[in-house]
Amino acid sequence: MIKAVFPHKDLLGIRNLGRDEIVMILDTAESFKEVSRRPIKKVPSLRGQTVINLFYEPSTRTRTSFEIAAKRLSADAVNISASTSSVVKGETLADTVRNLQAMAPDIVVMRHACAGAAEYVAGIIAAGVVNAGDGAHEHPTQALLDLLTMRQHCGRLEGLRLAIIGDIAHSRVARSNLWACRTLGIHARVCGPPSMMPRDLADFGEVEVCSRPEDAIATADVIMMLRLQLERQGTGLFPSLEEYARRYGLNRERLARAPADAVVMHPGPMNRGVEIAGDVADGRRAVILDQVENGVAVRMAILYLLGGSRS
Amino acid sequence: MTPDQTILDARGLEVVLGRMAHEVIEHHPVLDNLVLVGVRSRGVHLAERLQCRLAELSGVTLPLGILDITMYRDDLGLGAGNPVLERTEIPFSLEEKTVILVDDVIHTGRTVRAALDGLMDFGRPRAIQLLVLVDRGGRELPIRPDYVGTHVHSSPRDKVKVRVGERDGFDAVMVEYGTRGQEANL
Repeated sequence: MIKAVFPHKDLLGIRNLGRDEIVMILDTAESFKEVSRRPIKKVPSLRGQTVINLFYEPSTRTRTSFEIAAKRLSADAVNISASTSSVVKGETLADTVRNLQAMAPDIVVMRHACAGAAEYVAGIIAAGVVNAGDGAHEHPTQALLDLLTMRQHCGRLEGLRLAIIGDIAHSRVARSNLWACRTLGIHARVCGPPSMMPRDLADFGEVEVCSRPEDAIATADVIMMLRLQLERQGTGLFPSLEEYARRYGLNRERLARAPADAVVMHPGPMNRGVEIAGDVADGRRAVILDQVENGVAVRMAILYLLGGSRS
Repeated sequence: MTPDQTILDARGLEVVLGRMAHEVIEHHPVLDNLVLVGVRSRGVHLAERLQCRLAELSGVTLPLGILDITMYRDDLGLGAGNPVLERTEIPFSLEEKTVILVDDVIHTGRTVRAALDGLMDFGRPRAIQLLVLVDRGGRELPIRPDYVGTHVHSSPRDKVKVRVGERDGFDAVMVEYGTRGQEANL
């Protein structure tokens, strides 16, 4: 029997994954997709295992996706959100996770506003840790579901041309995807207001910076629009929502400048009329709901592979 | 270790498949409600050949599904790594169907147990029958095949190898006998 050995206790980021490891995750996810289309959407692979979703930041899609993934694998999923936990009573992160560890979970899925939080927790507890977003650092399962969607629509990953448009500097989605681009040989172009470009872009290898979105998408196979974090309004990073929409938003006219078979992705939640026009988001070329579907499969794959690596 | 002993050569394997196809028809004069499901990997190729044989004999091409039992294994999480998962493709309902489950070798019965659990998740079949090319004994679960190509008496240390042209370049059933030690003859 051929075994898929995923040589990590945790999934903390894309940066430290090798090409073969990423492909193993995507192939495993591909096989899990079928489970979600069955009349009985449940397989016993993780029976008796416990998955804790520990979310210190609001999330609907990611948390639900992890919860469904765990349940479709027959694991018991427990959700904790910071607003209803003893965090509000002043407990430290380390104390919280040590207490959780005492209840013997197998995997802890964690989202936190601080970069490096998942790695910190992974060093404290024996359970596997999956980073579901840590500050502006990484969001590995989002990048993996993006990759699965790109591979599904373009048939390959190496040599693809990806345009990422928006607030690159504050986006963990962009960062995780840029690490994946470097590892897999995807040509990345980024575009956004100069105030939203990271200073450390050179770390990601050969990333092209475009000042106009038209240039970024001109030869793109995939266009990834990032969510404009509206809470940054008034911080001087961009003048106004209208101005941002006009300069960087993806509307029908702008999309017409991209190759005819380019697909449009968005990690959600969308600001319709800001970074993406409603008719583009609902249009034929948007694969945004495929991303969501693939998200469950990718998270099933991660839980399955980490389940096999711990013993 | 002794050299492989051939139990069935290519011709023998075809004869056995043909005989099993006749047996299936004998049990099911009307094939309309039958479907075939092959267990990955070699069970799929055997199921495809059976599908051809049955079509030649009866004029009916039965639906054919592919089942990967990995998700249903009872040894997940034991040892390093989990088995590589491959796709299950059963693009039709099993509701009220009679399923003929096809695998290459039956030994402990654990694969079949996992396959039965898997099939049940695609609906409630009217019945499931089991067809295997080789029954090598050594059952650990109360499971018995309905159609058997050939019996091989083996000990747990022996390796029963099925080879099919689609995957291996040639057809054969062979046994590699392990060194006989303390274990009882089964």
